Amino acid sequence: MNLKTPRGMNRRHFMKHMAGASALAGSALAMGHTLNVHAQELQKNRKSAILLWMGGGPSTMDIWDLKPGAPTGGEFRPIRTSGNAEICEHMPLLAKNMDKMAIIRSMSTREADHGRGRYYMHTGYVPNPNIVHPSYGSVIAHELIDQRPQLEIPPFVAVGDGSEGPGFLGMQWAPFVVDSNGQVRNLDMGLKQERLTDRLAALELIEAKFIDSERGSSAREHANVIKSTVNLMTSKQMEAFKVNQEAPEVVERYGANGFGRGCLMARRLVEVGVPFVEVSLGGWDNHGNIFPTLKNDKLPTIDKAMSALVEDLEQRGMLQDTAIIWMGEFSRTPRINGNAGRDHWARSWSVVVGGAGMNGGIAVGSTNEDGTSVATDPYSSEDVMATVCRALGISLETTFTSRNGRPMKIANGGKVIKELIS
Amino acid sequence: MKSLKSLMKRKTAALFYFCFLAGFAVVSVATSEAAAPKKAKTQIPQVAEIDRMIREVWQEYKLKPSPVATEGEWCRRVYLDLIGRIPTVQELDGYLSDRSPNKDEKLVEKLLYDDAYTEEYARNWTTIWSNILIGRTGGNENNSLINREGMLKYLRDAFARNMPYDKMVHELVGATGNTTPGTEDFNGATNFLIMKVNEEKGSLATAAISKIFLGLQVQCTQCHNHPFNDWKQQKYWEMNAFLRQTRALRKFAPGSRDVQSAELVDQDFAGESGNAKKADVFYELRNGVVSVAFPVFVDGRRTSSDSGFVSEVNRRAELAKFVVESEYLEKTAVNRMWGHFLGYGFTKPVDDMGPHNLPSHPALLDYLATEFRKTSFDNKQLIKWITLSEAYSLSSKAKNNATDDPLLGESPKFTHFYLRQMRAEELYESLVTATMAEKGRSYEEQEKVKNQWLQQFNTAFGTDEGDESTSFNGTIPQILMMFNGDLVKQAVSADKSGFVGLVFNNVKPAERVDYLFKAGLARDATKDEQTAYKILMAKRADEMGALQDLWWAVLNSNEFIFNH
Repeated sequence: MNLKTPRGMNRRHFMKHMAGASALAGSALAMGHTLNVHAQELQKNRKSAILLWMGGGPSTMDIWDLKPGAPTGGEFRPIRTSGNAEICEHMPLLAKNMDKMAIIRSMSTREADHGRGRYYMHTGYVPNPNIVHPSYGSVIAHELIDQRPQLEIPPFVAVGDGSEGPGFLGMQWAPFVVDSNGQVRNLDMGLKQERLTDRLAALELIEAKFIDSERGSSAREHANVIKSTVNLMTSKQMEAFKVNQEAPEVVERYGANGFGRGCLMARRLVEVGVPFVEVSLGGWDNHGNIFPTLKNDKLPTIDKAMSALVEDLEQRGMLQDTAIIWMGEFSRTPRINGNAGRDHWARSWSVVVGGAGMNGGIAVGSTNEDGTSVATDPYSSEDVMATVCRALGISLETTFTSRNGRPMKIANGGKVIKELIS
Repeated sequence: MKSLKSLMKRKTAALFYFCFLAGFAVVSVATSEAAAPKKAKTQIPQVAEIDRMIREVWQEYKLKPSPVATEGEWCRRVYLDLIGRIPTVQELDGYLSDRSPNKDEKLVEKLLYDDAYTEEYARNWTTIWSNILIGRTGGNENNSLINREGMLKYLRDAFARNMPYDKMVHELVGATGNTTPGTEDFNGATNFLIMKVNEEKGSLATAAISKIFLGLQVQCTQCHNHPFNDWKQQKYWEMNAFLRQTRALRKFAPGSRDVQSAELVDQDFAGESGNAKKADVFYELRNGVVSVAFPVFVDGRRTSSDSGFVSEVNRRAELAKFVVESEYLEKTAVNRMWGHFLGYGFTKPVDDMGPHNLPSHPALLDYLATEFRKTSFDNKQLIKWITLSEAYSLSSKAKNNATDDPLLGESPKFTHFYLRQMRAEELYESLVTATMAEKGRSYEEQEKVKNQWLQQFNTAFGTDEGDESTSFNGTIPQILMMFNGDLVKQAVSADKSGFVGLVFNNVKPAERVDYLFKAGLARDATKDEQTAYKILMAKRADEMGALQDLWWAVLNSNEFIFNH
């Protein structure tokens, strides 16, 4: 069964398939089950990344770069951490793990609209009507896939909201979007495998005929996605999604909420070889009532989940190979508005990274005394991406060719942030 | 099902067999094509003008158009784009067997004007416009002020009556009243703005009105001058100043704090410096300097005074008037409509126009815009011109013009029909139609079931802007749903009253496979596909099972899910 077959399936081809249905089942549907043996061996060089996506634009000056005493400073106090940088008092668990993480405090970007900011921070490119750029996960999955020949499930998983798309890399690099409860819908056809095989053979016949009539790339990509789907439907690696198999105290440590379960799932997925997992936590668009929202809801949630993730990866010896990135599309105004909230702000803010050998315990760059501008060299989405790629061993000379033949440099030519890479 | 049988009989068996023996790859669609009388060119001048201008660009780029699509493909396309679902076998046969030279025009007119299709026409355009105005998730969250029902009701009435486009826009921008059906001053049009005015000084309303109706993307000029076009921050806030009298008021259930509905109203605006006689709006430049703005429309027109008193100037009413008088209105409208039918508008995206994003066919865009205004914004005439145009008639096969591919970042030249995936709503309606799954349910029940089904694909990001995404985008969850989901399971079930059961019980054995292919793909099965069916049947000794498997394969194919 090869749904990528560029030639149409003729009658003989079909009959061969149907006659040897059992042989076919061996070749296609069991595709993944044979290769688990050398997993340990391959794991040695295996790098991964987990993006913690804070949708809505978190107010980083209330979280990572506090300005106590400044008129813009807000209600929270900073506390010391196991690293050199102080963070918000409402994240005591994370404070104990900050020796492994680094805060980039001089982010300065220009996109303060959700859609545009989201796109820019995910791709390193500003939106362009003529081309769609691949998102973080698509790029990194594409670059790291060769390290894991045994992977049967999609190499880019997004838990929660949908991330950004694969752009010109094509649908097979699209995020596989799942709920944090780990239940993937519609996995089971409820038929015997032979029947499924028959159906797939018939499907391929129709599919290939259409592709062969020169209908363009979308028709081919549809077949590619079908192939990924069949792989996944029959894979034991799907167990990784089942967070509820974890001991209750582990689930509790991560936090018994969507984001906590998502982070736990991310660890399980990275363990089976998924190179990129994005876990999203929304609700950061705090135009009003920001301090109670952060204190009572958002900060405890990330404090638990993120600290558990860092500790867990560390204890399993996986942190040195797994990059963690915490960011949103932008931050929020230093000025506190009339509704006790903060509005969109991209000029001076923070992103947090760690793992995969990046230096922890430090703050890179700084903002001025009231947080309204960066006081040191500004960093961009491209720079963060370049740094993460370097940590993952991906060459910054990597160039993609967009479909119109235009060369596109990975991370849009961003510069590695030197303090993070030794 | 009787009429269905008799229709099947009418098929010319002799020709069918001839083609079969002669080994033609595409059997009966090719047959009907060959046998069809020469079609008369339509007499509509706008269609001729569209064709001329599209051809001009082909010549300029030395491109050859693809041949016209098969009649089945074209018919499927028209049904999908106009009423939001694929044709039934009876409808398809009705069109294929029509011998009149103006059969294309007749089909388009039937779908536009025949009472039998009014409901489906209105439903399709209601879906399209509710997704534009309030998004796929608007009104589904608990704390939303949007009443989705109310929005749908308004749009359904508007499209069923073929309300002129400018009138609809005027009503949407200027609406006052209650969001919820059944309330005294119910006005469903208020749902468009109800969640866009209270937060962030009405910036959502500013952006939505500019983008949706004027094709001007101004979101980023809220904070800084646009990096690409000449939209300045000043213009943004001048536009915004029109919307500062407008408020959304929560209406509580008597004696409780439960929000029951919401009301969109205009109230006196004191201005940010507190002088309602000259009610101003402040904004901060990127360098921190604070500047001031009053209502001024994009073309420089102003309200009669800068007063914030509604009794002196109703700013939003003025804005509604300026919007429908603006030439941006018709340009954006025809661009969106062209994009709906051809897969790409003259700009990408259709609602971002301006010197930074030049149209692929500027003359055609201007021409269509002017003609559209001349019809007093009659959507149906515009639809007729586009669907009867040459560009819309072409095959999606790109044999000699594959370079004309907007996916490559090229501007569209329309030398062939660009493949595009059905929207989730189109898939739903198509499956329901093809499989007759919803017989006996009322309109409201059907809509409710559909809305529930659609929710599985939608994610709201939880921002004030209502940003959202859909997983019905050709990725694995969609394929899984098509493989194994309830809707498809139901469609292929062996149940007597199910579609496969009906085919099995009502269609002659020799015609069953073709029937399935016509129902799903608007064509007969090829020789290979017929053979595949025979093999499946021989293997299983169960014709019903073989039909089920084949129908499953048809529904899961690229040819099904793509409008082609």
